[in-house]
Amino acid sequence: MELKGKKVIAIGDRDGVPGPAIAECLESAGAEMVFVTTECFV
Amino acid sequence: MHDPVVKSAAYVLAHVPNMAFEFGTTQDVERQKDPESTYLAKFSDHLRTFEQVIGYAPFQTYIGNMHPDKLATIPRPWYEGDKVEAKRHGRYGEIMPEDEFFAWLRLVDAFELVLLEEQFLNELRPRLEKNPIMNEADLEKIGSGRSGEEIQKLVDEKTAAPLKLGDRLVGCVRRAHEVDATLTAHVIAENTASKASGAIALRHLLDKTDIDPKDIDYIIECSEEACGDMNQRGGGNFAKAIGEFGNCANATGSDTRGFCAAPVHAMVLAAGLVKSGIFKNVVVVAGGSTAKLGMNGKDHVKKGMPILEDVIGSFAILISENDGENPVIRTDSLGKHTIGSGSSPQAVMQALVADPLRRLGLTMEDVDKYSVEMQVPEITEPAGAGDVPTANYKMIAALAVMKKQMERSQIPDFVTRHGMPGFAPTQGHIPSGVPFVGHARDLILEGEMSRAMIIGKGSLFLGRMTNLFDGISFLMEPNPGLSEGDEIDESAVRKLIADALRQVSEGLAQSQD
Repeated sequence: MELKGKKVIAIGDRDGVPGPAIAECLESAGAEMVFVTTECFV
Repeated sequence: MHDPVVKSAAYVLAHVPNMAFEFGTTQDVERQKDPESTYLAKFSDHLRTFEQVIGYAPFQTYIGNMHPDKLATIPRPWYEGDKVEAKRHGRYGEIMPEDEFFAWLRLVDAFELVLLEEQFLNELRPRLEKNPIMNEADLEKIGSGRSGEEIQKLVDEKTAAPLKLGDRLVGCVRRAHEVDATLTAHVIAENTASKASGAIALRHLLDKTDIDPKDIDYIIECSEEACGDMNQRGGGNFAKAIGEFGNCANATGSDTRGFCAAPVHAMVLAAGLVKSGIFKNVVVVAGGSTAKLGMNGKDHVKKGMPILEDVIGSFAILISENDGENPVIRTDSLGKHTIGSGSSPQAVMQALVADPLRRLGLTMEDVDKYSVEMQVPEITEPAGAGDVPTANYKMIAALAVMKKQMERSQIPDFVTRHGMPGFAPTQGHIPSGVPFVGHARDLILEGEMSRAMIIGKGSLFLGRMTNLFDGISFLMEPNPGLSEGDEIDESAVRKLIADALRQVSEGLAQSQD
């Protein structure tokens, strides 16, 4: 999937991969992060 | 100086399905958005009975009737069928039914804010009298109750939150202020439930431990609630409130907060206070959370499951000066997720697990059991959050592979041998590391285990003050004994004093010359 120029919403999980970590990966692939959060289900 | 010991631990659950409907945030938010919601309409059809709850294998593990490794052998789903013997009382505490818990709300209420109906109390009293941790003074304090009309009127006026058993209104919790948003009926009910569940855990701890409550020096409360008023929303102090109820007359205390990581932070603080000699006996205690009741309930209902988040959890742990017997908290073994650690799962486990072990010259394999986030997996899996403890164990194992301590193919075996199935309710701070402290203490005392790592993790970002994650860890090990070399050598002290006096007298003699 081509991520360059795509707007992305990243929802991380505190016991999985947190939002900022997802954002860092996607930004390095050229995506534009429009919303980043980490949720807690416990 | 000797490391402090884990002298005792108590664990309690209260089965509160009606409080889940009334005070759980998932249900409360749904009610505000859509009072006619299908989820709310179906809620009561998915509730478990008290018998089903005490027969739930993870909860029998939580109160100490079953080892976590035994739980791993019981086929899932654990909520189906009669998998284990249903016992209300356990080695570490009990599972309390909701009607009795209402009496405890009244019992710990210091401001006449909890009212219980007269007839309800008359029916309940014979059962309260049978609970071994309840005494005459408690029954007197609970009193004879109020009229149903008075309670109904307060609820209708919306100045009180209802306490119900099914459709029957049996009591209420009044607001403590007309306009203060931090003293609403809902908040007072939430805080009183936290205080009550913490108080029950403390009562169990003192009941089963050979210690006079007056010998407790300090109490650290580490729940996730905030008590205060509009000028100091989290002013506190749950610790002294719970200690007062426990007759810990010589104790003071304070509240420690850190989201789910708070209990492990509190244990580290307690260990430091004891090891430094400031205090001899410190209790770490936390009540449970009504807000998290039914947190993943929508997914449970959607999948035709019972609502498994129907209990409030609490615990109390006594940390004391070294007695030469009980397992120690190694104060040189702390792992901490620092501000600069980074928030990736790898960075978190590096800080909490790999760094402290490397410092001590140990490998991941040298720790018998890791106690991580011990949530019951079948509570979180339907909501898409997966098996949280197993995810944590896989991350520790992956780190061991990266550090070339084992092969990738050994990861599943590592997870089985060093991990455990989750057995604690999703009560935020309650499942975080601390549920295993009681089991670890017993296993180490019985010679079945030589090292456990207790890990607490917390989601600080939920408070919107920082994006940081948090975590802290420590090792529990067998007591190495109080070696003679560490004792105060009286003859050496005498010699030192004699030498000093001799030097003084010689100095005086020279000055006279």
